Amino acid sequence: MLSIDGVLLDFKRLDSLATGNTAIHRLDPRAKVLVTLVFIVTVVSFGKYELTAMVPFFIFPAVIIGLGNLPAGYIAKKIALLCPFALVVAIFNPVFDREVLVQLGPLGITGGWISCASIVVRAALTVGAAIILLAVTGFPAICRAWERLGMPPAFAVQLLFLYRYIFVLTEEGGRASRARALRSCGNKGLGMRTYGSLLGHLLLRTWLRAERIHMAMLARGFTGEFHTRQEFRFGGRELLFLFGWSMLFIILRLQNFSRLLGALVSGIFQ
Amino acid sequence: MHMADALLSPAVGGTMWAASAGTIAYCSAKVRTELDDRKVPLMGVLGAFLFAAQMINFTIPATGSSGHLGGGLLLAILLGPYAAFLTIASVLVVQALFFADGGLLALGCNIFNMGFFPAFITYPFIYKKIACNNPSQIRLTFATLLAAIVGLQLGPFSVVLETLFSGISALPFPTFALLMQPIHLAIGIVEGFVTVAVVSFVYKARPEIVECAMEVRPIGNHPLRNVLLAFLAVAIITGGIVSGFASKNPDGLEWAIAKVTGKEELKGPEQQGLHAALAALQGKTAFLPDYSFGKPAEPMNAGPKPEGEKKKVAGEGISTSVAGIVGTIITLALAFLCGFLLKKRNQAA
Repeated sequence: MLSIDGVLLDFKRLDSLATGNTAIHRLDPRAKVLVTLVFIVTVVSFGKYELTAMVPFFIFPAVIIGLGNLPAGYIAKKIALLCPFALVVAIFNPVFDREVLVQLGPLGITGGWISCASIVVRAALTVGAAIILLAVTGFPAICRAWERLGMPPAFAVQLLFLYRYIFVLTEEGGRASRARALRSCGNKGLGMRTYGSLLGHLLLRTWLRAERIHMAMLARGFTGEFHTRQEFRFGGRELLFLFGWSMLFIILRLQNFSRLLGALVSGIFQ
Repeated sequence: MHMADALLSPAVGGTMWAASAGTIAYCSAKVRTELDDRKVPLMGVLGAFLFAAQMINFTIPATGSSGHLGGGLLLAILLGPYAAFLTIASVLVVQALFFADGGLLALGCNIFNMGFFPAFITYPFIYKKIACNNPSQIRLTFATLLAAIVGLQLGPFSVVLETLFSGISALPFPTFALLMQPIHLAIGIVEGFVTVAVVSFVYKARPEIVECAMEVRPIGNHPLRNVLLAFLAVAIITGGIVSGFASKNPDGLEWAIAKVTGKEELKGPEQQGLHAALAALQGKTAFLPDYSFGKPAEPMNAGPKPEGEKKKVAGEGISTSVAGIVGTIITLALAFLCGFLLKKRNQAA
């Protein structure tokens, strides 16, 4: 089990990556959000047995990690902790789908293994895209981009509020949890009774905090919107970024680049 | 039980996105017009509370494992359905971005599975109906427990349906449902007890919070809500059927026809929907359509293959497979090399 402090540290590290100042970081967040969307939809639109054609899509995370100067090892580690649910479901594919699809000499590979590998590659690509979007854009900027793209303002305010208070409340929860752990011998005291009142106390404190925040905000003239100084500009660079990557994804979707390259190389050696 | 991008087809993902986005828009309008603006900070801070609460574990008696609060029903009880739905959705957005729980396309599914069912199904139709105003402890316990269990049966069931309609997983429906539902029955019972514990604590300490949430918003008698519900149901059903045709085994029928007519040579399976359109484009734009790399590497779709097709795939020979593997490795290496060089250049600058 990960400690709450560990999770929070990891959270802060990922959050701090967005403070970078590279060409990718400076792009209008809307361009990055849209490119990520095109990327995910093209990857997901492949058929269930497609494997080789998806591999060229790794160019996108690789280039953005390079240009955005992100810590490659850290991002790779985050991606490697793939969504466990997808993996659990994927592992059943070889059990139920035993038809041999690819014959490599004496070795027959069943459709189940191919589709299982395909799910793993999909998961790596889509999860990687989400993490990289966050790392080069930052949560508040993504929210504002979504708002500009049509998300209701009330929901944007909710997201920004949540983001602001996650750190405060998670630290408070961590302290409460540590205090409980120190006072319980072995597993005694970690059960549901103490848990209920612990959460109840945390909830009441949260509630009082919300009332104080509300009064403070009213005193400062809150009318239901957050104002930001930073203005977005969707200029030529953003257009180029959006169309360049989208075109590349569509070409890669239509053309199996891995296979072309493989045919070329094996042709040379023959 | 977060749904994942990797298991979704674009049709199912898009449909669920539309359903969730529509519900978010509706709830935002509701929260704006109906509720006092005290709810705004309350929703935000309670979302953060939920986030923190999900990280604190407790030991489940007699099993040795540990569990934590899910919180959908708790928020619905404290905030009412509209604000609760927005709060749950916002927590899921943060989880999708920071913890890679599922992914961005699956976000629509996750918001629907974990937000819609507790806020708009079990809270109004089970919890409110049983608990009424000013409930006794037993009534409150029973209402909460039942609502939690039903909510945690509906959510996973919709995960099963979404996975099934996407057709990426090969798990048959009965097996998958039998795996998911009993596990979530246990989770639902635990969730119910935890929610009871927290709600009754708050009820004892500050009864006005729970009572206020109960009285202020009489649910029901909203024609618009019913219209929206009907619309959502239609969207889900059509989305499900369309994507079922698009990505499940559309060639199964043709396979049966081939068996009946006894034809040896069959044309490639007819496909429908996005996969097929893209596959057709792929065929048209391929450099050398007659050579092996003009065709998709593996058959695009699942299911029983016509005999002729299968032989052809097997007979495409080792050279194609080897070419595929060599090409894949080189492409991967090239992709990483690009990233590496760009990073080097960046650091040098």
